[in-house]
Amino acid sequence: MSLPKPEELARVNYQPPARGWMEVKPDFRPGTYCNAASPKWLEWIDYPYPRQWSVAEEDWQLPENWKEIVLEGMEDRLARFRSLKLFFDICVRCGACADKCHFFLGTGDPKNMPVLRAELLRSVYKRYFTRIGKALGELVGARDLDEKVIKEWFFYLYQCTICRRCSLFCPYGIDMAEMTLLGREMLASIGINIDWAMASVAQCYDKGSHIGATPQAFKDMIDFLAEENERITGIKTPVSYNRKGAEILFVTPSGDYFADPGTFTLMGYLLLFTYLDLDWTFSTYAAEGGNFGWFVSHEMGKRLNAKIYHEAERLKVKWILGGECGHMWRVCNQYMPTWFGQVPSFLEVPVSPVTGTVFENARVHKMVHISEFTADLLRHNKLKLDPQRNAHIKLTFHDSCNTSRGMGIFEEPRYIIQHVLPEGHFFEMPPNTIREKTFCCGSSSGINANENMELRMQGGFPRANAVRYVHERYGVNHLGCICALDRATLPTLLQYWVPEVEVTGITELVGNALVFEGEIERTTDLRDRDLVGVGEQEGGEEEE
Amino acid sequence: MAIVEHMGKKFEVDEDGFLANLDDWGPEWVDYVKTQEGITELTEDHWKVINMLQDYFKKNGIAPMVRILSKVTGFKLKYIYELFPSGPGKGACKMAGLPKPTGCV
Repeated sequence: MSLPKPEELARVNYQPPARGWMEVKPDFRPGTYCNAASPKWLEWIDYPYPRQWSVAEEDWQLPENWKEIVLEGMEDRLARFRSLKLFFDICVRCGACADKCHFFLGTGDPKNMPVLRAELLRSVYKRYFTRIGKALGELVGARDLDEKVIKEWFFYLYQCTICRRCSLFCPYGIDMAEMTLLGREMLASIGINIDWAMASVAQCYDKGSHIGATPQAFKDMIDFLAEENERITGIKTPVSYNRKGAEILFVTPSGDYFADPGTFTLMGYLLLFTYLDLDWTFSTYAAEGGNFGWFVSHEMGKRLNAKIYHEAERLKVKWILGGECGHMWRVCNQYMPTWFGQVPSFLEVPVSPVTGTVFENARVHKMVHISEFTADLLRHNKLKLDPQRNAHIKLTFHDSCNTSRGMGIFEEPRYIIQHVLPEGHFFEMPPNTIREKTFCCGSSSGINANENMELRMQGGFPRANAVRYVHERYGVNHLGCICALDRATLPTLLQYWVPEVEVTGITELVGNALVFEGEIERTTDLRDRDLVGVGEQEGGEEEE
Repeated sequence: MAIVEHMGKKFEVDEDGFLANLDDWGPEWVDYVKTQEGITELTEDHWKVINMLQDYFKKNGIAPMVRILSKVTGFKLKYIYELFPSGPGKGACKMAGLPKPTGCV
């Protein structure tokens, strides 16, 4: 399918349709939605109603009693999640959220205003679970649940990337992400799922990672990246797999060891751990930090997440260090302790073996983010760095929604950037597009497929626009991030909107800058790109 | 699953047009993808890529990381794109009969 040109897609029409929102139905144009999940994946994970169906066809082949299942599901969730009932009841339609959603800004579709997206669910809640809605129906915004409503839910709940930017601006703190997730659960209960998410979920449940890496594939890829490190730096970066009794279990998203540019960040992790002589191991089963299960249902999120603690216990490690991943951290910080009931007794409160810092913030779940770990090393002056090795990079930083709004990691990556880049090489995007107000990459929450590329480019437009601003103004040529989904989606996004800017992980920049004893003269960065001014810099140092 | 027919053979494919079963792979499939991809002639280098992908998949259960493909074949990524205009994942893997990649990719 052909993608419109950027200048065409940038002409967003914000004129709402003349008719009321209940009368307007979604336009399932190719390029704007994800394919239906293949029954194979649902069978792998024992999910309900696996069948061959197509979004483009009129008949979605819903189970006969689908309406009953959905309404019972809603009743059940209203009882279990007080938040859901509260979010349904409390919204005053003030519209503060309306223009905060990247999908609304990118598509101009009023149903992408979070207030209206929530109304798609709320109207059904009103009709079946409130007295006034039962009595007065459409007059009070209540409506019958029919197949058209299901199709509308599918269309718009998969045009929400659960980034929670809208929630930040909501005076009541209504969490759209929670509503979207529960809505997706209800869709899944009648066998309505998207293929990209479910394929990744099934692979992860079956083999341990979203890409479906077998243990030998996992080892092969990481060994290859270690060899690359040695070729470029002259330093051997040994890797442990499934080593019992290691102090630290390192878990990272599979994008980091399979797809560029994440692979360069993985090389950075290996260099850092070698530099510190860290006592760490990979698990070939807990081979995935990310969790597409969480994009589908709480139950599936828990199922995929369980292997991290399971492997930590089997390998008898003390604590868990995690790589640069976004939603992994939302799950680990905000769900793991609830899902698993209590603090895992076999793990210890994480302590940096290099600095002695106790990671108090990880006291409950026992997992530390690599950016927290690295920032602490820098604060204690434990790394010898040559920022000139990143002199070819002019960087801006994209706060991943889940690490920023989800857990407040704002300063750590910026602190690292300050140390690994030469002065004057870092430029912030405008304040309303960073930190807690960051714009989503536009393709998170399991919709980073190929068939919905037009939608992805629309959803990512506000982020790309801010990148373009710093590119044009300051000559920024790299966008840094600490999320593997970002590293998968942002290169595609920028290739479309701002092709001059490349995407990099932050630990990749650490790997470039780390100075080892016994290293060979560094002439390139980890991507085999020539360094600038290497000769001059060496001369300058000798004078000191 | 959709069915495509080419040179008298039928193939089951997923919605992205990837072959559903590697066992169905054969010269007819290669010719079908060749037409789809707009490749005029298959050279020795195309086959080097296809063979590498299949060998790796049979051994490891997934397609190789692009950088490993590049190292083993000795072809730079740019050249692989010249061979397979829609890239190693969508073009070469499809022709080799491998499933589409999943996850954060």
